[in-house]
Amino acid sequence: MNKRIIRRSAIAATGVLSLVALSACSAAETGGSKGGDKTVRLHTPSWVGAEVNTAVAKELLESELGYKVETKQMDETPAWDAMSQGKIDAILEDWGHPEEVKRYVDGNKTVVAAGDLGVVGHIGWFVPKYVVDENPDITDYKNLNKYADLFKTPESGDKGQFIKGDPSYVSNDNALIKNLKLNYQPIEAGAEATHLAQLEQLYKAKKPFLTYWWTPQWMNATIDLVEVKLPEYKEGCDADENKVACAYPEVPLKKWMNADFAKEDSDAAKFLKNFNWSTEDQNLVAKYVAQDKMSSEDAAKKWIADNEDKWKAWLPK
Amino acid sequence: MTDTVVKDKGAVDKGAGNVADKVADARSGGAAGLFGALGGGRSSVTWLTLLGLAVVLPVSALIWGGGWHDGWTVDLVAPLDSFADWVIANRDSHPLFLYFLLHISNFATDSVDAVSSLLTSLGWVGVLALATVGAWYAAGAGRRGLRVAGVTVGSLGAIGLMGLWDPAMETLALMIVAVAASALLGVVLGLAAGLSDRVQSALRPVLDTMQVLPAFAYLLPFVLIFGTGTPSALLTTVIYAAPPMVRLTSLGLRGADPTVMEAVTSLGASKFQRLRTARLPLARKEMLLGLNQTIMMALSMVVIASVVGAGGLGENVFTALSRKNFGMGLAAGVAIVLIAVWLDRVTAAAGVRSEAQPGRKAPAPGDGRKTALIAGGGAVAAIVAGQLVQREWPEAWTFDFAEPLNRFMDWVVGAFYTDVPVLGGTSEWAGNFTTWVLNPVREGMLAVPWWAMVLLAAAAALLVGTWRGAVTAAVSLGAVGVLGVWDKSMHTLSQVVVALAITLLLGFAIGILAARVPVVERLLRPVLDTMQTMPQFIYLIPVVQLFNAGRAAAIAAAAIYALPAVVRITAQGLKTASPATLEASRSLGARSWQQIVQVQWPLARPALLVAVNQGVVLVLAVVVIGGLVGGGGLGFDVVEGLKGSELGSGLIAGVAIVCLGLMLDKLTQPTSRAAASPASGASGK
Repeated sequence: MNKRIIRRSAIAATGVLSLVALSACSAAETGGSKGGDKTVRLHTPSWVGAEVNTAVAKELLESELGYKVETKQMDETPAWDAMSQGKIDAILEDWGHPEEVKRYVDGNKTVVAAGDLGVVGHIGWFVPKYVVDENPDITDYKNLNKYADLFKTPESGDKGQFIKGDPSYVSNDNALIKNLKLNYQPIEAGAEATHLAQLEQLYKAKKPFLTYWWTPQWMNATIDLVEVKLPEYKEGCDADENKVACAYPEVPLKKWMNADFAKEDSDAAKFLKNFNWSTEDQNLVAKYVAQDKMSSEDAAKKWIADNEDKWKAWLPK
Repeated sequence: MTDTVVKDKGAVDKGAGNVADKVADARSGGAAGLFGALGGGRSSVTWLTLLGLAVVLPVSALIWGGGWHDGWTVDLVAPLDSFADWVIANRDSHPLFLYFLLHISNFATDSVDAVSSLLTSLGWVGVLALATVGAWYAAGAGRRGLRVAGVTVGSLGAIGLMGLWDPAMETLALMIVAVAASALLGVVLGLAAGLSDRVQSALRPVLDTMQVLPAFAYLLPFVLIFGTGTPSALLTTVIYAAPPMVRLTSLGLRGADPTVMEAVTSLGASKFQRLRTARLPLARKEMLLGLNQTIMMALSMVVIASVVGAGGLGENVFTALSRKNFGMGLAAGVAIVLIAVWLDRVTAAAGVRSEAQPGRKAPAPGDGRKTALIAGGGAVAAIVAGQLVQREWPEAWTFDFAEPLNRFMDWVVGAFYTDVPVLGGTSEWAGNFTTWVLNPVREGMLAVPWWAMVLLAAAAALLVGTWRGAVTAAVSLGAVGVLGVWDKSMHTLSQVVVALAITLLLGFAIGILAARVPVVERLLRPVLDTMQTMPQFIYLIPVVQLFNAGRAAAIAAAAIYALPAVVRITAQGLKTASPATLEASRSLGARSWQQIVQVQWPLARPALLVAVNQGVVLVLAVVVIGGLVGGGGLGFDVVEGLKGSELGSGLIAGVAIVCLGLMLDKLTQPTSRAAASPASGASGK
């Protein structure tokens, strides 16, 4: 029996190899959207707020417009890359990726803008409310050095500890600490998940911390953080990433699309361009998911059932 | 044959099994090594060298100051970044991509899609029934197959009950293609290496390097070339999983019984006939073992593959991480473990069956045909049944056990995090540990000048192994300096050293206990099995909650991951130490402690060395992942390279990790000398 198996495998392998060799003579498909079919591929980011954008859009595309939606989970930078190759059609929440915009939007023109999401993002430095209650003047960056001892941990040595966010998120923290001459050591949390776990843990134990933080963020419903004022943001003050010494700008979150997908101007593309909701709406659905432990699908259905007037406006006329 | 099998990570990644054989092999391969060197005949040289280093290191640190020579670095970040830009700009148009790489990429995507839609169209009943029939047949049909068939129903059914059927099928589709590709590649390379000494000696260093290479380090180049998605996930899995197949195929071919070969030759068989009729059938057992290890290693990549866009259970683990939903992550982890258990039992049973065959008289005619007929009939019935019932796993038959797990974890964290009376809490422990152990070790390493560190690595490698090992260790460490990441590497190295020390301390202690108290071993076995197959990522959130983001958390995760392998090898090593010798010492009135120290420990030395080496490899792999929990150093650079756009520095960090891995391997792996010893020299040919 062995003999037969070996002979057959040899024949099969030869067949496959020669097929592969034959096919190698022609240029390969470069992937990307194969037009015609009613399938839309959306990016699911790693944070809940943006995950619910995708969940609501998916639900509506499927139930109202008869599309099939595939969602792909990946980090932001890889998602941009995938969108430029047509492996995903759209990103629904982008906090600003100037390098990718330069490379794919202005550069090889594979990605186009698809309007605002409606949610305005805000990034900053935050401390817990219980720290502010005891040290009211801590909310000004000029006083941070005075409190460096308060934030000292074994990991940060003799400086105060500053907890950074996920490495894929927009951040000027290292430059800010250096340029504002703050006696702080930035510690990389490494991933959003560990960042959140760390903050929640410290908050529960009522320990002081200073961290990179942002809104909208579903955890704001359970932890009370107060922003530390940084030098005011002025247009262009963050142009050179090594010389930044000002606050983060307000970010109207943007949507982006693969250029070919946008050009087809299908119902799905129109719908995704129209998709626009408020910070409150997003936070509400995110809370359903993260805090009430609903599946994102159920959370989206619940919001859709309660807010018909809002999403009706997104459907293509 | 020592070095070929023992070094396979898969040997420990996989659950119960062949560790004992390997340890036995290791012993026959000669007891040289660190312990041997320290206690053996060369002791005066050893102690003099150690004394010399003890003087040189602190003195040099005081006189010259630490770190790498500033002028001797090559800045590769800028060229690598511009190379990355070139790849991104050209990958849709350049011929290299159009006529070669994209074919691979598309072929990978199409095959996984095809398998995936096949599984979907079979329906859950079809898949479950087919898998059961297949397992029954592979395990030798009849009564013997029933147990394995039972395991199959049990594990796949449990996955369905947990509500994870769909992601599990997605993972299974990727695994089927990945294992098929690894096996094909492994057999081709293994055949070449088994038949040609030149290929064998050319492949060996490549395989050696591949297995000290943390998978995390080479994700980046694939993402760059293929983008995220199935091709990257598939190729990284194949690269990680193929080496055991190569090694064991080659081993099987080379281990063919010379008398049989002689007989076949004297019958006038041509070279090809000899291969087909004698060598390959004789190598079947090793090849099946190789397949088994390949499957286990591929499964251990499930979560890492989802970092680069594979869906399935790995993605569930990641989603769970981002929601801090420990229970959900653990459930997906358990599903991965169940798939591993199922496939392990099936391939192991197939291996046992093939072992039994040569001894058996010619099978009764029609016997094989009958079971094949039954199996075929069963398969057809399975497919039909699958079409009759709805294809999705019924939702009513699922049970959510993430919630209770979450509540349990919350309780643990709440109870132990801080302010535990007398003991303090885990948070305080981590703090003190960082201040009193980690910081001094790191500062010490940074204070010593580079040439003293290189000297230390070379001397240690020389004491353990050979001149060649010493040169490799020194060159690897030097390369890290040239790449301009000396300080980061010392940061990572200090964590590896400390984590390894903890792992060995705990591992040896638990291992000794398990070897002496049978009840402990029985209780430990399922726990160790689970811990070894469970993806490391699942520990990350609890360790952060308990020990705070930082190096202490990274080290805790690494120790948890590496511990089972060390415990298992230690226990096996002590237990297999010759019972006769042990009995003799007992009759001479030796007490338990004396037995351990004077008899079992020296006899188990080779096994313990294997434990140290495995510990190093595993710890390094997780300390790198520790970049995700605030461990910093090289691991963080790789994470940043994957997530952000810092491709250049990420790639360099990956290379530096490989260098550290090679160096640590040489410091703990006495194979080169063992290979030269007569015992293994004979079988190695």
